[in-house]
Amino acid sequence: METIHDILNYYSQNGAYVWVQFYRQFLMSAYGVLFAAIVAIPVGILIARYHKLSTWVISLANIIQTIPALAMLAVLMLVMGLGTNTVVFSLFLYSLLPIIKNTYTGIRNVDHALLESGKAMGMTKFQVLRLVELPLAMSVIMAGLRTALVITIGIATIGTFIGAGGLGDIILRGTNVTDGTAIILAGAIPTALMAVLADVVMGWLEKKLSPNKKRKGTAIQKAA
Amino acid sequence: MLKFDHVSKIYKGGKRAVDDLNLEIAKGEFICFIGPSGCGKTTTMKMINRLIEPTNGSIYINGENIMEKDPVQLRRKIGYVIQQIGLFPHMTIQENISLVLKLLKWPEEKRHARARELLTLVDMTPDYLEKYPHELSGGQQQRIGVLRALAADQPLILMDEPFGALDPITRDSLQEEFKKLQKKLDKTIVFVTHDMDEAIKLADRIVIMRDGQLVQCDSPDEILRNPANEFVEEFIGKDRLLQARPNIQTVEQIMNPKPITITGERTLSEAIQLMKQQRVDTLLVVDEAGVLQGFIDVEIIDQKRKKENLVKDVVETTIFTVEKDTLVRDTVRKILKRGMKYVPVVDQRHHLVGIVTRASLVDIVYDSIWGEDEVTNIG
Repeated sequence: METIHDILNYYSQNGAYVWVQFYRQFLMSAYGVLFAAIVAIPVGILIARYHKLSTWVISLANIIQTIPALAMLAVLMLVMGLGTNTVVFSLFLYSLLPIIKNTYTGIRNVDHALLESGKAMGMTKFQVLRLVELPLAMSVIMAGLRTALVITIGIATIGTFIGAGGLGDIILRGTNVTDGTAIILAGAIPTALMAVLADVVMGWLEKKLSPNKKRKGTAIQKAA
Repeated sequence: MLKFDHVSKIYKGGKRAVDDLNLEIAKGEFICFIGPSGCGKTTTMKMINRLIEPTNGSIYINGENIMEKDPVQLRRKIGYVIQQIGLFPHMTIQENISLVLKLLKWPEEKRHARARELLTLVDMTPDYLEKYPHELSGGQQQRIGVLRALAADQPLILMDEPFGALDPITRDSLQEEFKKLQKKLDKTIVFVTHDMDEAIKLADRIVIMRDGQLVQCDSPDEILRNPANEFVEEFIGKDRLLQARPNIQTVEQIMNPKPITITGERTLSEAIQLMKQQRVDTLLVVDEAGVLQGFIDVEIIDQKRKKENLVKDVVETTIFTVEKDTLVRDTVRKILKRGMKYVPVVDQRHHLVGIVTRASLVDIVYDSIWGEDEVTNIG
């Protein structure tokens, strides 16, 4: 009871500050995923075309994924210095794998008969990509973005160690003071909330973009 | 219209899928490629719209070598229907049908109008336009698949076992619909199948292939009558050869010209007497002019004799008939498939002229087994 009271108290006194940090953390994650999408979706399409490349590219992205977040930040800090940009760049790296992998899978899984019909109707390669492959792979690609966003929201918290701000700042402050439970929670709860919210919103988008539409809202979902 | 000139396709690893094929197809002709799997029929078809490129030789459409054309432009002028149907699940029926038109940059209203117009060809209402493919049955989906290939009024249409994945009843009705459509629209069609019934039913000419080579190319009748070699004979199947006896052509030649009939004004007791005299269980009911009205059989009489008195009150009018100049093989197939005991034969004005019974079938089979060799073997 005491703790909840303390948390509410903290929010009432530092509401604006928490909001600023919340927003800052969200922006870092969103930018990381956005930049990753710009690079990873074309890469995914490319390796779906020349799929001999796929093992190499996916292995590389896998290796990036295994580096501990703190180590990654530390190494990048040596090169890029302190601040938000470094965090955004590391989030970018972490987002690559889920997006590349899902784009690759999504496009590879488009029914061969549909590609053949498209081609035989006289679509150029680009038209097949734009009118057939991308729309049909879209929900799988969105699932990749969703995973990436949830991962980056978690990792962005550590950004505080290299001075990037965000909700991690609040948590870190809580660990530094005696009896800081309330402050730690005051930082952790919005982080978790943000991750859950992002997941729900992206999940909704994913469903919305699913190719098997039915007009009265009940979508028949193809196993993605 | 379409000409294959010494066309070969050799796949990597040296497999000759198509071997020195020469063939000319006239405009408006319905050609069926048929053969066992791996005989090169699909490869041949796909070379026409350059989904597969020939290794040697050339293919001409209206005198133009297709290898000198841009494949994308070429394909937009050739309709294509595949077994898996291949409708795009994320597009409505309207978008699916008019996709080629969109590629050809038709304005939107014209595309709409064209899609509506096409739907009427297969007796579907315009409210299907806004539906998605998965809301349609398999037969309806393939109808749309065919319409899509007709959308830009392409003169040439390629079809790769289009009805292969449908159930037999849907397949039958789609084949009939499609044959009518083809005659009406005067399209040249290259149709790949492995179903001989389908080929006989639809084709103007059948091309039988084996191991990449053309074995025989003739009209269905000619192939049934004079198979080029044992392979063709085996491929057609013995029962079909029986049905295609050269000396028996139309129903008129095999029917029994004196069916047992009765008029509607006679009483049921007269009818049963006639049945007993003639040793039959069914009577065909005609009017004074000899026009077929229906039939009565012993079961109907047994059930209704207490309530009704006259034949015309109990006559069963739903009856399957054939016209006297129908080909025998079509009739035989229908009799055997539907398990009917007999089929009345009528002329154009529905006058009863005869009847084909299962006994007539026995005659045909007897003739084909003993007929020609009668003198040497039996006599």
